[in-house]
Amino acid sequence: MTEAGVAAAGQTQAQLQQAALRRRQRLALEKQQRRYIRELLTPEGAVLHLKIATFAERAGAFLLDFIFQWGIVLLVAYGVGVMTMALGWGGWQIGQAFLAVFVFIFRNFWFIFFEMGRRSATPGKRIVGLRVASRDGGALKADAVFARNFMREIEVGLPLTFLFGIGGDLSGVLALFGFLWAGIFMFFPLFNKDKLRVGDLVAGTWVIHAPRDKLMADVVSSVSAEQHSGFSFTPAQLDAYGIHELHVLEDVLRQAPKEVREEVAQRIRAKIGWQRQPNENDRRFLEAYYAGLRRRLEQRMLFGQKKIDKFDTR
Amino acid sequence: MTDLLKSYRFREEREGDWKALEALLKRAESGGARQLSDEDMMALPRLYRQAISSLSVARSISLDQNVIVYLEGLCSRAYFFVYGTRSTFGERLALFFRRDWPAAVRSAGLSTLLAMACMFGAAALAFTLCMMDMDWFWAFNDNMMGGRNPNATTEYLRSTLYTEDAHAADMLGAFAAQLFSHNSQIALFAFALGFAFGLPTAILLMYNGVILGAFVAVFTDRGLGYEVMGWLLIHGVTELFAIVLAGAAGFVIGRAVAFPGKLSRMASARDAGRRAALIAAGCVVMLFLAGLLEGFGRQMINSDVVRYAIAGTTAIIWLSYFYIPRRGRISAELEARA
Repeated sequence: MTEAGVAAAGQTQAQLQQAALRRRQRLALEKQQRRYIRELLTPEGAVLHLKIATFAERAGAFLLDFIFQWGIVLLVAYGVGVMTMALGWGGWQIGQAFLAVFVFIFRNFWFIFFEMGRRSATPGKRIVGLRVASRDGGALKADAVFARNFMREIEVGLPLTFLFGIGGDLSGVLALFGFLWAGIFMFFPLFNKDKLRVGDLVAGTWVIHAPRDKLMADVVSSVSAEQHSGFSFTPAQLDAYGIHELHVLEDVLRQAPKEVREEVAQRIRAKIGWQRQPNENDRRFLEAYYAGLRRRLEQRMLFGQKKIDKFDTR
Repeated sequence: MTDLLKSYRFREEREGDWKALEALLKRAESGGARQLSDEDMMALPRLYRQAISSLSVARSISLDQNVIVYLEGLCSRAYFFVYGTRSTFGERLALFFRRDWPAAVRSAGLSTLLAMACMFGAAALAFTLCMMDMDWFWAFNDNMMGGRNPNATTEYLRSTLYTEDAHAADMLGAFAAQLFSHNSQIALFAFALGFAFGLPTAILLMYNGVILGAFVAVFTDRGLGYEVMGWLLIHGVTELFAIVLAGAAGFVIGRAVAFPGKLSRMASARDAGRRAALIAAGCVVMLFLAGLLEGFGRQMINSDVVRYAIAGTTAIIWLSYFYIPRRGRISAELEARA
């Protein structure tokens, strides 16, 4: 069977058009996701890809931190209140002063303390999976951490001040104008490609994803030689797919449920014209095909031919 | 198909080192560099370079996306560790007080003078206007000064300056109140507003100065000028200096953003921002100390002379701390790590 023959087998014109449309959508999506990728050249000459955190992720992390920060403050305040009440309000000034120091330190240094730590991330950022890094790739120093966090005064403090000022001593129009002006600082990350807030701009930092990916077992490692024996694919059958499909197949083998595997196996058999043998196991078939396809594509890659997907007829 | 994939053999060979690096990083990230033995610290750069080379190889020979994603993450983590700061929080703090803070303040001399001119110029103006016609007071202040306005009696005004019998508890209360006072808010605002080309910083400083000037004028009008200055300066030297420095930090940023010179606007803002942030961080410390002075010093000490003496001493301490150049005695090792 020729390559074109394999590709066209059992497909109508409409189906082909639909497939092409899907491909364009996929490529557009990939391109959009690449907008968040920044390259970092290490001194060893390797390029690392860093992913910029989106505005939503950062807002989420900030909200978490805000809840932790003031949740702890409220808890401590409650504790101090209960304690002084038990002592008959005798030392309430002591309690108050303790609380004042506590809030002062918490308000000013919560973010700074955590971002100066080894992970360069507050608890909220850790949960969302983010970290702060210097934009030039250098070490994140204390002055940068100070700068990005003290700037929060105008990003959060200022809009809130105007917001509460509307009912207070500022006239409505003035407060509204002030709020809009301050809103520029608050929504600054929406208006630049690196999603920098004012603090990042002034500190020379950005917030990136801190990946925590696990190394999983290689799919081919579970394919032993005797399992292979039943499967032997022709080069034409292995040329039916490209790297994108290989990666999808990897995902299917790693995490998809049985029904999906069944359907995928069915599709592949139809496409490559594979005669299903009696009591052929879907997983075994897919693993064997994955191994074969990967070997073929890796070999071609070594010769400089990167077949990106099944439409790529190199 | 009896032989294994090349990419699989490659992975099998290197996998142990990747796992070792991952374990090392996990330990380092959770407990700081002290959790690592000397042996680990020696191994880390080697394992890091190994992982980097693995990544480069994997990109060109392997199509196992999990391996590549994993290696990319591992290498980034290791990169930030290997090329990140190694100093502990304590070392950073020591360096901040011994070198960085005074150096940053020294480098912002002109901005400090400008901030001072804004605040004290406005204070002098308000003071003069009020002394000529006390009605000006109402233009500058709402009645937010705890009844300390031109309508109060001289006796009442005098009584606000001294504490008859101070309890430790009252001092704590006053200290607490100070930490949340208007002024400690103003300082960080003055810094952050510098980003808007420094103009709001100037306005804020002037506004603060005007209130101050009018306040002093009320007392001076009743012949309490000498007394009120003692009351004010015992902590005011520290507090007002902090506000002036915060304003100066704002001006440093404002100037860098408005007039970047040969640098790009981004680079200029970054350089100035980091320098100015050191000043602002120091202001927080100063405001804390001012709170202590106000809460305890002012309540305990009711003698004008002693108040002035303390004010003068703090002024000398701050000025010599910031502006007397010192020989750097910071060890090269600390320098390299921080």
